[in-house]
Amino acid sequence: MTSRPALLTKLGRQSGRAIHAILLIVALFALLGAGDPATRFDEIGHQMMCICGCNQILLECNHVGCPASDGMRNELMASLTRGDSDSLVEQGFVQKYGPTVLAAPTTKGFDRAAYIIPFVALIFGFGLIVMVVRAWKNRPPPAIADGLRPIRGAELEQFRDQARKETDL
Amino acid sequence: MAEIGSFALLLALALSVYSLLAGIIALAYQSRAASQLASATAGHAGGGYESPLVAMLRQGSERIGETARRAGIATFAAVLLASVVLVICAFRDDFSIAYILHHSNRDLPGPYKFAVLWSGQEGSLLFWSLLLAAYGFVLRLRYKTDPRLFAYASVVLSGVQIFFLLLLNFAAHPFAIVQGTIPADGNGLNPLLQYPEMVIHPPMLYLGYVGFTVPFAFALGALIMKYPGEKWINITRRWTMVTWAFLTCGVFLGAHWAYSVLGWGGYWGWDPVENASLMPWLTGTAFLHSVMMQEKRGMLKMWNMWLVFATFWLAILGTFLTRSGIISSVHAFAQSSIGDWFAWFLGITLIVFLFFFFKNKSHLRSEHKLESLVSRESSFLFNNLLFVLLCFTVLWGTWFPKISEFVQGNKVTVGAPFYNRVAIPVALLLLILTAVGPLLAWRKTSIESLKRNFMWPAIGAIVVAVFLMITPQSWGSPFGLKPWQDISYFYSLMAIALAVLVALTVASEFYRGGRVISKHTRQGMFASMVQLTHRNTRRYGGYIVHFGVVVVIIGFAGAAFNLDKEQEMGYGDKMIIGPYTLICRSYTDDDAPNYASEWAVLDVYKGGKQIDTMTPVRRFYKASQQTSTMPDIRSTLNEDLYLVFEGLNQDNGHPILKAHLNALVMWIWMGVWIMLIGTVLALVPNAPAPVRVPAPARLEPVHAGPAVTGD
Repeated sequence: MTSRPALLTKLGRQSGRAIHAILLIVALFALLGAGDPATRFDEIGHQMMCICGCNQILLECNHVGCPASDGMRNELMASLTRGDSDSLVEQGFVQKYGPTVLAAPTTKGFDRAAYIIPFVALIFGFGLIVMVVRAWKNRPPPAIADGLRPIRGAELEQFRDQARKETDL
Repeated sequence: MAEIGSFALLLALALSVYSLLAGIIALAYQSRAASQLASATAGHAGGGYESPLVAMLRQGSERIGETARRAGIATFAAVLLASVVLVICAFRDDFSIAYILHHSNRDLPGPYKFAVLWSGQEGSLLFWSLLLAAYGFVLRLRYKTDPRLFAYASVVLSGVQIFFLLLLNFAAHPFAIVQGTIPADGNGLNPLLQYPEMVIHPPMLYLGYVGFTVPFAFALGALIMKYPGEKWINITRRWTMVTWAFLTCGVFLGAHWAYSVLGWGGYWGWDPVENASLMPWLTGTAFLHSVMMQEKRGMLKMWNMWLVFATFWLAILGTFLTRSGIISSVHAFAQSSIGDWFAWFLGITLIVFLFFFFKNKSHLRSEHKLESLVSRESSFLFNNLLFVLLCFTVLWGTWFPKISEFVQGNKVTVGAPFYNRVAIPVALLLLILTAVGPLLAWRKTSIESLKRNFMWPAIGAIVVAVFLMITPQSWGSPFGLKPWQDISYFYSLMAIALAVLVALTVASEFYRGGRVISKHTRQGMFASMVQLTHRNTRRYGGYIVHFGVVVVIIGFAGAAFNLDKEQEMGYGDKMIIGPYTLICRSYTDDDAPNYASEWAVLDVYKGGKQIDTMTPVRRFYKASQQTSTMPDIRSTLNEDLYLVFEGLNQDNGHPILKAHLNALVMWIWMGVWIMLIGTVLALVPNAPAPVRVPAPARLEPVHAGPAVTGD
């Protein structure tokens, strides 16, 4: 018979392997089709802005005669045809047009803060609420008049069920 | 005419200042009279004695208070007069007024001349002031509900009104006169604003923005006077819901306008001005939920005070963003120096609120007691966390370019890809909570009952998700959703599955309640559900709003399957997009007094049959010398075929057309209607619960069998 700690260790190891396997499968699926130039053009083109001042995503800029978007799309296609990696393409555009050409902050340097802060706030807020709920839950019940017995446990549940049946519409 | 308008604005300012000062004096004297009466009562065993001095103070303050109320009402009349004068000037083509010169022209159609009132900086501020005065007018007429609380709220409203009237009189005067020669015609209205929805979108949005001043005024009033109990919450609930409905309507009308006019095929671009309208909507929605905690359990008093303030403050911040030009936006039509005024106003309101909050904080203390983490109360806490976090994310994304410039010396763009990465996961969490929340009881829910109520909706959602994944596209399904192929597909699948989960929990709530009523009354299920809704309109109206949100979310989820194609189309040329084939039958141009237009005529085929003829147009507005596209949109439940006339090839004169196939967009607009219907239902008073009277005992024995009646 396996002892309890050994069983827990075994279970932990097995769940770790399962998580690794799932991550690998997800990564594999995520990479499927990533090399297709048309897909890459569509993806990268949607991560850049047209710089004509219209404030639109490069591939969504819809002016005929736009002084910028046609040239930028051709440059993007040329870079992809050359076989440049995604990051190289983006670097080239940033060098030429400035950092505002990217439709979202990068995940480097201070720009990372743009993504991290909201999730830090989520975790912080979540933790805070759990703490608050626990603190409120552990508060002693308010004092009641002499001679009255507080109702608790099964008796309370019984009354609660009765109240729900009678009032819950 | 301009003189009448200017005079009306000055008069309105004077009346507002009087309403504020006289209101403060009256309230101060009333407090003094009350305290003197209390001390006098304490000194007399019989109580109720009012000395002549106290009586004089009370009567005097009541009279002053009444004049303050009437001055507030008169402010509305004065601002209304100024607004009417501006509209008349627009209809009379009075180009001696700079505002009319810059935003109108002789050939502008009538409805747009009316819309000139809110089409530019000065006019829209006047319109804002008018709506605020109108809300104040209604509030002051209804003062008998609670005269003292309404007097405080009236003073706060007057304070806000003074700010806008100061702006109108000294910084953005709508009746400023043109210097030198008056041009024969005006510059015209921005072509993008010449669309029917622009006649109703800004009023709806402003009714929402301005309306949140009313709950704020009540909240601040209640805080200042240390209002006992939660009655102020009940009084403001309807105001908040109506305001929320207007803001919802305004936000989605804006989205529909962007979709129908801007010609890029989308409805939401995460532009700072769009974000500005979303932020107060998010905090306002959080307040509508958390206010129930205060009403039912007396909890979250401080939090609710902050939410009301944040909603009002964010509405003003949104206006500051729009007007100051501090953050670059496509809505840059109204940049000016009035940003400083707004910055000061934001600062002052924050200081005033903080002062009274810390001064009277002890009044807001409540005895919080929770019995379980699995309860309606904690679901509201998490719901509020997620709404506020979404608001923070939008605020953070809107300001990040400025923060980045400050920290690293260069601006960055924060567009749709950022919000898709950050806001969508939070929104999905919120959707889970929307499904679970209604199933939780107040105080405590047993895991067993949660399982019992949640099991079938969860199974339904999983079945739908699997169905969406395995349904082949050859079946005509727009899906064939493989979530591992693209993160947008994953989000889309999650959104639809969770939306189904919410819809099923809402349906189960109606079903369970309807079943109880049906059992007791022996009515049909539908009649029982109608009765159920009528008995608790707020709760079941709220569920209908949730259902509307679900439908909107399904519409949003369709964005992952959008397609687009751009092509030059000569006579007889063909374009294929999705199941549609477009054939160019003709292209031509036309001339109207206000604009010249170019358009194409395209026959639309599906499955080999012609189903429609579409005519996308591009207009050139003569007065403003600007072009604008008028996309032609063919909407169905499955998808929208969206055609844009982009322009002409200069070499051969052929039109260049862009076709978008946007999945499930119609669901968004349907969902908004459902949300509004739910809100209206929630505003309907509850039907009284039936009273059961025991049947009187029969005095005579009744014979068995049916009564026989004559022949």
